[in-house]
Amino acid sequence: MTTPALSIHGLKKNFGPAEIIRGVDLDIAPGERHAIIGPNGAGKSTLFNLISGGYHPTSGSVKLNGQEIGGVKPYAINRMGLSRSFQVSNIFSNMTVRENVRCGVLYSMGYGYSFWRNVGNLKEVQEKTAEILNSVGLLDKASLPAALLPYADQRTLEIAITIAGGADVILLDEPTAGMSHSETERAVALIKRATEGKTLIIVEHDMGVVFGMADRISVLVYGEIIATGKPEEIRGDPRVREAYLGDEADEHAEGGAA
Amino acid sequence: MNNPIAQSVANLAPTGGQKFRQRVLPLIILAIIVVAIPFFGPSRTVYALLSVMGINIVFALSYNMLLGRGGLLSFGHAVYFGLGGYAAMHAMRAIEYADGGFWAGFPVFGLPIIGFAGGALAGAIIGWPSCRRAGTPFAMISLGVAELIAAAGFMFNSIFGGEEGISGDRMNGPELFGLSMGPVSDVYWFIAFWLVVGVGGMYAFTRTPLGKMSEATRDNPERVEFVGYDPQRVRYLVFIFAGAFAGMAGGMAAVYFEIFTPEAVSLLPSGFVLLMAYIGGIAYFAGPVIGAIVLTYMQSMLSDFTEAWLLYLGLLFMLIVMYAPRGLAGIIFGVTGSFSNGTFSEMIGKWLQQLAGAFLAFLGLIVLIEVSVNWSNGFGEVFEPFGLHLTFANPLTWVLIVVPLALGILILRRANRETEEVLA
Ligand SMILES: Nc1ncnc2c1ncn2[C@@H]1O[C@H](COP(=O)(O)OP(=O)(O)OP(=O)(O)O)[C@@H](O)[C@H]1O
Ligand SMILES: [Mg+2]
Repeated sequence: MTTPALSIHGLKKNFGPAEIIRGVDLDIAPGERHAIIGPNGAGKSTLFNLISGGYHPTSGSVKLNGQEIGGVKPYAINRMGLSRSFQVSNIFSNMTVRENVRCGVLYSMGYGYSFWRNVGNLKEVQEKTAEILNSVGLLDKASLPAALLPYADQRTLEIAITIAGGADVILLDEPTAGMSHSETERAVALIKRATEGKTLIIVEHDMGVVFGMADRISVLVYGEIIATGKPEEIRGDPRVREAYLGDEADEHAEGGAA
Repeated sequence: MNNPIAQSVANLAPTGGQKFRQRVLPLIILAIIVVAIPFFGPSRTVYALLSVMGINIVFALSYNMLLGRGGLLSFGHAVYFGLGGYAAMHAMRAIEYADGGFWAGFPVFGLPIIGFAGGALAGAIIGWPSCRRAGTPFAMISLGVAELIAAAGFMFNSIFGGEEGISGDRMNGPELFGLSMGPVSDVYWFIAFWLVVGVGGMYAFTRTPLGKMSEATRDNPERVEFVGYDPQRVRYLVFIFAGAFAGMAGGMAAVYFEIFTPEAVSLLPSGFVLLMAYIGGIAYFAGPVIGAIVLTYMQSMLSDFTEAWLLYLGLLFMLIVMYAPRGLAGIIFGVTGSFSNGTFSEMIGKWLQQLAGAFLAFLGLIVLIEVSVNWSNGFGEVFEPFGLHLTFANPLTWVLIVVPLALGILILRRANRETEEVLA
């Protein structure tokens, strides 16, 4: 068996007396598209923060390609090839769209903290930036200040920054939240394209998106994963229905089988 | 459309012409101005004023690397100016007393390099603990460090020279560019050279990956962490550079004044550099340059006219903070920008109103301040503009205070209300 891209064992996180993540075990294979669903406040974003270095785990381990990353700083984890997006758009609003993406590109291309180079002359950085902008469809808005983008485009930019560094494990936290139906469709197509061949972990409330995209799904309820499996297994799981999915899953079970 | 990506790369970045106009041309203009000035045969006073301006421009720009570009509010930036200056001062003495060896061959002209190194070293040492946090903790630590170094300045006499400070003689060592460094006109060329180097260097810094990530860290340190950068590291490196360029300005000052006293590392110049950068406008690269020019002028000229000039400085600062937070540069670029986008004719009325309002209000305040200062001095001196004899006993004084002030405020409020109506 190959090493999992991401391997989580006995992961717990308390905020003071509140136990938010209460023992999560999860293995995600390289190249897998894994969706995490669960009711509001279940701890999905907290789990993402634990994986990406935003929070220190109270106990348990997180391994990226076999290497322990629990409690490691976010920038170090990012350099090891894991990148995440945020549920609430977290962009550089004073910069242009192009500069935003460039911020995501710079480190991965080896320009780190350099102060002896002119960013304007870094050809491969510019090409890579243009390529990313093109692939997410923001090329024509490249020179706009990020703050002026419409909401859906800001969400797209959020994804663009996340994938810009070329990480091969991508965590997306509710990338389509607040988008209209057509915007969601476009975002899903973009995510599929941009994460081709990569390991994707996505938190999503839109069941259409989840069942249309995921290889496997985990259901997180009150800080515990109550079920993990293929979409059809999750659909059929009575505990999941009871805890979370309810009628919504029925709809997709009928409509989404095609 | 056959190669959209290659095409888009070309479209994305500014064109060569734009780049030249925005980035290279201003520096060339600066160099031309600086070179042209001596041909107008300025007096010694003007040379002196220009030299101090040059020093302050570099100092204020170095401060803005922290405040404007890095979002780091420092109350102790003079520490690096001072330590760099002291390093240069000691080096100047080493040149004077050297017989053979490294220092004997070191030209005084190059002393800003020593200042740069000294400032960088100080930044590297002091920045290590201070850059762990941004925001208020950073500001408080900078204040603590400033207090510490200011106190040390009066304690370690072998370094700081006690109350008299350390003095030297710049007319020693090998000459560079045929400059004896004696007359102010020689020193002017020295200042001009390092001014252009400093401005060019600090502008170039804003274009580097580190400079860009400094702005990103200012705006959103959290996100920076998730694209592979350690915000502490970014701040620390920027801090070292800011210290280095401040030290360079210190080195220029050491050569110009030939003396450094512990006052140079005190809170006073730390506050002054904050004022220069902020009044000039921290959001623009040119802002601190404008601020340094204006404040240096005020410092040397206004202080001849009135002993209350610091009050006016404080007043100006408050006005800027409240009504023009983008500083003088913001006002200038606002006006020039309105020319290019054609809103000038709409805006001019409002601006003239604001200008008139501010002028009138200021007039009232001037009378108030001047009469008060003369009265509180108690020497029986009286503020006598245009032959008027203004004391607090004179009713005319009160008229001249209250009427312009009230009128000015009224006009300002009216102008602002109109803006709101236009926007609504
Ligand atoms: N820093 C924190 N300190 C204290 N409690 C926290 C903290 N972060 C999250 N929580 C709590 O942990 C719980 C889970 O939050 P989290 O944001 O992970 O939920 P979520 O599953 O992402 O929900 P949503 O679907 O609304 O995004 C919530 O009850 C929240 O209040
Ligand atoms: Mg969440």
